[in-house]
Amino acid sequence: MAKSTTQTALARLIADGEAAILADWVRTMSSDTRISAQEAQGQGKEFLHALGKALATGNGSDIRAPEFNAVRDILAGFSRSRALQGFSPSETAIFVFSLKQALFERVRATTGDIQQMADSVWTLSLLLDQLGLYTVETFQKTREELIERQREEIEELSTPVVKLWEGIVALPLIGTLDSARTQVVMQNLLESIVQTGAEIAIIDITGVPTVDTLTAQHLLKTVSAARLMGADCLISGIRPQIAQTIVQLGVELNVTSKATLADALALALKRTGRSVEKSKNNGKPHEPAAEPRD
Amino acid sequence: MDSIPILKIGNALLVTIQVDMHDQLANRLQEDLTTRIVQHRARGVLIDISALEIVDSFIGRMLANIASVSRLLDADTVVVGMRPEVAITLVELGLGLPGVKTALNAERGLAMIGGVDGRDSTDDADDD
Repeated sequence: MAKSTTQTALARLIADGEAAILADWVRTMSSDTRISAQEAQGQGKEFLHALGKALATGNGSDIRAPEFNAVRDILAGFSRSRALQGFSPSETAIFVFSLKQALFERVRATTGDIQQMADSVWTLSLLLDQLGLYTVETFQKTREELIERQREEIEELSTPVVKLWEGIVALPLIGTLDSARTQVVMQNLLESIVQTGAEIAIIDITGVPTVDTLTAQHLLKTVSAARLMGADCLISGIRPQIAQTIVQLGVELNVTSKATLADALALALKRTGRSVEKSKNNGKPHEPAAEPRD
Repeated sequence: MDSIPILKIGNALLVTIQVDMHDQLANRLQEDLTTRIVQHRARGVLIDISALEIVDSFIGRMLANIASVSRLLDADTVVVGMRPEVAITLVELGLGLPGVKTALNAERGLAMIGGVDGRDSTDDADDD
């Protein structure tokens, strides 16, 4: 019973002193220059209002109660936007925690009874701590979602299959090859082999920082899968250090390999019965007679 | 007992596998195929597995067997039309099908063997 009286008292306290609390709060909050006073004012007002309402209707001890839906929604939205703007967790949580001072100040100013003051402070403290934790949790969740999304994006970006010529595709690998990525790489490569009807696939590992036995194994898997689809694989872009590592590891790469992508392309062209020649007129814009001129 | 049809296209034999393989069927196919290779003096065998969604070690071994037997009879075996998922699964199973030639589709496979009337035409001229 005592609790609910405290609750009602707090609700009234917030409702009555909203403006004063807000002013106090905004002053504490505005230590961070990235948020304008106006913005803080707006957010604070909305939050305070929702909190007052929640306290008036519900049981203050549990923020998961449906009465706190509005409060949680505001906090979640706020926390998410802060996370996306690149604020740190404490910078985000301070929004809630800085309200403590303002509210306690208000409690002290309006409550005469010591016992009741202690009750109020305790209830508020509990409540704000929970809300603060909730803010941090949402913040964390948003960051994790962000990281996950970026990881997916990088994954997609880092495994493009490029068509170099009719029947020749290249797969420039960038970054470390782990099992999960190999799977994506393989799938992309095989699908593009089907789509373009490529006979030769060049896997360029210039962007792969290190090649260990596992990476080599993944490469070989990709090569055999492509072979099963009827495409020949060439590996290019093996840097001197990597070549040495591969030999030292005793890994046998039973694939045609070339030092550079250019060499691999030349070989691929040759295998598909094409050749690249330097034009006789030394690269002047004028084409050989076979090409119709305007 | 049902069997898998073997089509003759020029100098090549085309086998399209569309049903689940089992021991008897595989043996029957191998027997039929060897007979037909000799009978038609085929130079190549195309095995189209584009309809297969699942290729396990059993089919892998069957393909390898057919390839070795055909090689003895001087016919190249080309497995054509493998799906990407199947290729990935086979590789993950460690079945790279060494010794079996592969091509993207039947057309490519046929070109690999030497076309519908490829190299054999000259041989025929010599024989006659």
